[in-house]
Amino acid sequence: MSIRGQAFIAGAYEHPRRKIPDRSVAQIHAEVAVGALADAGLSFSDVDAYFTVDQTGLGAITLAEYLGLKVSYIDSTLTGGSSYLVHVGHAAAAIAAGKCNVALITLGGHVRPAPGVGRAPGVGTPHGPFEEVYGVTTVNNYALAARRHMYEFGTTSEQLAEVKVAASHHAQYNPDALLPNVVTVEEVLASPLVADPLHRLDSCVMTDGGGALVVVSPAVAKTLDRTCVKVLGQGEAPKHTMNGRVDVTYTGAVWSGPMAFAEAGVTVADVDYASIYDSFTITVIETIEDLGFCEKGRGGDFVLDGGLISPTGRLPFNTDGGGLCNNHPVNQGGMTKVIEAVRQLRGEARPEVQVPDCEIALAHGSGGRISSRMGSSTLVLGREDA
Amino acid sequence: MTEGIDRQLPSPAPAVVPETEPFWAATAEGRLLLPRCAACATVIWYPKGICPECGSLDIGWVEASGEGEVYTFTVSRRGEGAYLDAGPFVLAYVELDEGPRVMTNIVGCSPESVRIGLRVRAVFDDTGQGSALVRFAPVER
Repeated sequence: MSIRGQAFIAGAYEHPRRKIPDRSVAQIHAEVAVGALADAGLSFSDVDAYFTVDQTGLGAITLAEYLGLKVSYIDSTLTGGSSYLVHVGHAAAAIAAGKCNVALITLGGHVRPAPGVGRAPGVGTPHGPFEEVYGVTTVNNYALAARRHMYEFGTTSEQLAEVKVAASHHAQYNPDALLPNVVTVEEVLASPLVADPLHRLDSCVMTDGGGALVVVSPAVAKTLDRTCVKVLGQGEAPKHTMNGRVDVTYTGAVWSGPMAFAEAGVTVADVDYASIYDSFTITVIETIEDLGFCEKGRGGDFVLDGGLISPTGRLPFNTDGGGLCNNHPVNQGGMTKVIEAVRQLRGEARPEVQVPDCEIALAHGSGGRISSRMGSSTLVLGREDA
Repeated sequence: MTEGIDRQLPSPAPAVVPETEPFWAATAEGRLLLPRCAACATVIWYPKGICPECGSLDIGWVEASGEGEVYTFTVSRRGEGAYLDAGPFVLAYVELDEGPRVMTNIVGCSPESVRIGLRVRAVFDDTGQGSALVRFAPVER
């Protein structure tokens, strides 16, 4: 069974705020749920499936209760920042199987506690005692990948910086972006090294916030006035340390990408726009290689000369400014990746960065840590008539 | 260029469970043990009670040479938790001569002198709680 054409994204909503200390986590979920349902022209009583990651120990049930949902299908899959692309795929599969017709997916919350807040090393995971005692953090873990990628392929800090430059070029047109200023390669390289070769400006922002999506059956989509986006294919693949044979130069996109493309019946050449998970600049370089937009190891060359800048670049990416400049709610940027792809396919991105005649869009999410264990999910979407 | 040579990194005690107790007990004696599958002889990393190659639950231990080379590394300038005030330190994966790539720190040299491919040998930093962290220092030539 394929999900191709079996489901449509009818509603998408990104919380406009980046710091939300005056709202509870559940309130943020409620605000984005209301926003996405209003976007679709649907109401809470239409929702018969609910997806969110587990933040409470009881999966989606806690928030289903808070939101007043009566659903016949729930899914609390947590694959880090890629969770929400997984949710879209699972929702489409559930719809295709006849389990539900209107799936609500929500993300909301506050960014994690500040570094240094005490946590005993490795408690609760089997791998933790062999890693956390050595001071691994999210940034230095990604830096391990960047260093090795440079060693094997000759990638440079200047090439990494180009990813941030392109994101900032897009963010200048987004009034909600946390960092709306255009930056240069020189400014990225002059920002403090956090874990070399990664600088502060190689890193995504940390924000409160959230977003929501409404995925519906073809029959429901036909009844809506709103322009919908067709779900064409999705793949998901965890990658881990593979019994001590960890290879930090590629991501799980090498597996999730081909699955999604095969299901969608398209190739990289068909992709007009791509939301690429950008926790760090190296994440983008490795992912575009792994998805096949260029040869392995040539991602650094691919991003040069405005390669990622919309609408003129080889691969217009992250036209909202991405996680590097716009928003990375609760350290889970997969939601905003899908939302911007939906905007592009509806022709509702900011005019300066809208890809003309955008027919096929890709959204890719990563989660966890690139140099140890991570989730990857690739989603291929098409215009309503695709 | 000498900064860091003699500086002691934090040595937080790992959580030890029965499954991994032999590993940590050996570290306290300055020995690096690796789990090895009794069924298919695969060397296993990280230490665990199942062979991820063949699914056997019959796991033994072998003593490692303690030598390997740097697979990748970073000079981490902003620590968290026990490393909050540690100053710059080197986080690395070292590929042991027995095969596995293990997460660790490179010590005994300036961070600026670390390179991919550098030959290193295990050193053991006592946690004070019946275990030692397995770090690596350059092999003297």
